[in-house]
Amino acid sequence: MSSMSEGSGQHPSQSSRERSGLAALVFDAKARSLFFQAMLAIAILGMIWVAIGNAADNLAQQGREFGFDFFDRPSDIQILTTFGTWLVGYEPGQNTVFHVFIIGIANTLIISLAGVFFATIWGFLIGIFRLSPNFVLRSFGTIYVELLRNVPLLLQIFFWTALLRIVAPSQRGEFSTLVPGLLQFDAKGIYGPYPIPHDGMGVVMIALMVAIVAAWGFGKWAKKRQDATGQPAPVGLVSIALIIGLPVVVFLIMGRPLSIEWPNFVSEGPVLRRGFERGIGSYIAPEFMALFLALTTYTAAFIAEIVRAGINAVPKGQSEAAAALGLPKGVAMRKVILPQAFRVIVPPLTSQYLNLTKNSSLAAAIGYPELVAVFAGTTLNQVGRAIEIIAIVILVYLVISLATSAFMNWFNNRVKLVER
Amino acid sequence: MKSKTLAIAAAAVLAASAASAGTLDDVKASGKLKCGVSQGLPGFSTPDDAGKWTGLDVDYCRAVAAAVLGDPEAIEFVSLSAKDRFTALSSGEIDVLSRNTTWTITRDTDLGITFTGVSYYDGQGMMVPKSLGVTSAAELDGATICTNTGTTTELNITDYFQQHGMTFELVALENSDEVVAAYGAGRCDVFTTDRSGVAAERLKLANPGDHMVLPETISKEPLGPSVRSDDDQWEKISRWVLNALVEAEELGITSENVEEMMSSENPSVQRVLGVGDNDYGKSMGLEADWAKKAIAAVGNYGEIYDRNVGPDTPLGLERGVNALWTDGGLMYAPPIR
Repeated sequence: MSSMSEGSGQHPSQSSRERSGLAALVFDAKARSLFFQAMLAIAILGMIWVAIGNAADNLAQQGREFGFDFFDRPSDIQILTTFGTWLVGYEPGQNTVFHVFIIGIANTLIISLAGVFFATIWGFLIGIFRLSPNFVLRSFGTIYVELLRNVPLLLQIFFWTALLRIVAPSQRGEFSTLVPGLLQFDAKGIYGPYPIPHDGMGVVMIALMVAIVAAWGFGKWAKKRQDATGQPAPVGLVSIALIIGLPVVVFLIMGRPLSIEWPNFVSEGPVLRRGFERGIGSYIAPEFMALFLALTTYTAAFIAEIVRAGINAVPKGQSEAAAALGLPKGVAMRKVILPQAFRVIVPPLTSQYLNLTKNSSLAAAIGYPELVAVFAGTTLNQVGRAIEIIAIVILVYLVISLATSAFMNWFNNRVKLVER
Repeated sequence: MKSKTLAIAAAAVLAASAASAGTLDDVKASGKLKCGVSQGLPGFSTPDDAGKWTGLDVDYCRAVAAAVLGDPEAIEFVSLSAKDRFTALSSGEIDVLSRNTTWTITRDTDLGITFTGVSYYDGQGMMVPKSLGVTSAAELDGATICTNTGTTTELNITDYFQQHGMTFELVALENSDEVVAAYGAGRCDVFTTDRSGVAAERLKLANPGDHMVLPETISKEPLGPSVRSDDDQWEKISRWVLNALVEAEELGITSENVEEMMSSENPSVQRVLGVGDNDYGKSMGLEADWAKKAIAAVGNYGEIYDRNVGPDTPLGLERGVNALWTDGGLMYAPPIR
């Protein structure tokens, strides 16, 4: 028995030593895998090479050139009044294609930021609803998640667009109130007050920043003191008092350097003159609202599931231990459960943020002028440089996504378990 | 995964390269003409109740298919948005674009495509609700306007308002049905596109009688087919099929009398129909009777016009500038000889 096992154990090593160099390489797992990886790399590079060559040939055959000089061309397209056009101060014929590009990026960023912010809040709420002992809240959470994440997003965008059109008064010279005394709307958009800063508003903004820094410093000091002495400080109250109080005091001292421009409603005269006057007060296009509602509610459904999974991933023993220590439920949630749940929540949350940003490109269907609609759509049709423009748009999305990822990785590193 | 994506991308580029040369051979080999049409514009390209594509633009494609393949049904219709149409053509996804497309210098020189003629002389018009109390485009200061994105109308309307020192807001949507829906819901005060399109889309509204077309025509919109710029032979086929349809109307050749006309003594008729020694198809890579097959399939230009957009159709558009030059219109085909 023992001699046989010895023999079979020695056999392979003996024979491999006997084989010639090439055969040894073929039977060497490491060399084999290196060989196939090199072959794959060569094949891929070859294909890219052929593709680039073909693209260049095709362009040359069709008499088209490659370049980015179109950015300087004047742009004579009219763009829907949105954050981007406000930021650039866009006037057709007065600006260049580059400005249109900036408008596209600005509109993509604003819808993404607004969407991410509200989808996070709404998603956390729904996620906590789904774990609630309250039957109504729990059922609402379940129905909400199952309904919204199982219906295609484009359909939901059309749904919100149609809904906004149905609830809004369609005739010129009519409007409805969204928030009494503050926001009104008609079929053409939502109208509200517009703040106009005067001299001295800068000082108020500085006061606000000082207050934020002070509140942050106070929080740090309070935590240190609590770690050392066990005495808690009312961090929340003090922070709110600082952040609101200080700027308000400075605002009053500076003599209220801010005036409010209210939207001007015209109900008389020729029909086309009726309605809210353009360029007075602030304005939100219904296309933005529809896209915002669709992206927020849709992404919130996914975030809710991530939050639920994250909280469920914290072992029950943790909340029992917190209860045994006598921590109130809220404190246990904030100090024991959530910090641990965050480690599970943050990575998939990042991909939801990225999804929301990329999904905003569906806006082309309803006419919200974000990057894809206005730059890869209207501008592309005008200047005809498909390869260049699509490459630029891909690059912009890549930069936005990588920046989001970098930020979320930084945040993830902060909340992850520190190993001692 | 990465390598797979790249392989697909590379394959797409390879395919595009293969398709760009010898369109005629490709069409003959596949037995189908790939024709780019709209997403549904009554009178120009729209599927009927039975799902069969009809319209003026569609009939042009049928004429090309008949001339090239001998079968007006051997067509694969590709429904395209205004935004996607040029990329679809230049990338080889379609062989001919016949989708109420305006011929402009930028499109002819910058996009890698070539226009081969004018199949309909149009101009941009505007529709407003009667309740607006507006009778002329000059009264539209401050209006909100709905139109298709990626179109010349989008640019013309800006020009028009700037010239007249008027302000406006533009909602540019991708799908024509969405544009009509937005207009119908009061999102916009004005709906604008080519006059023929305005007439067609008006029929889609809940109460067409509540809406009116303003008298102004604010632009020239010569609509015509286009092909890729890198294929001379295919470009000539596309151009001369259209010319043959117009020439046929001038000579009185119709889909009904085309067989009798084969024995006509008129040398012009003989040349168009390829009777006797007349063979103008050969140098284009076609049979001698290429034009005869096209006319037999869809009729001459006048027949196509009357069947799809003429006074007896729901669109009810008079011939106007689209009449033959002999009747005071703009339709004029260079001689076939």
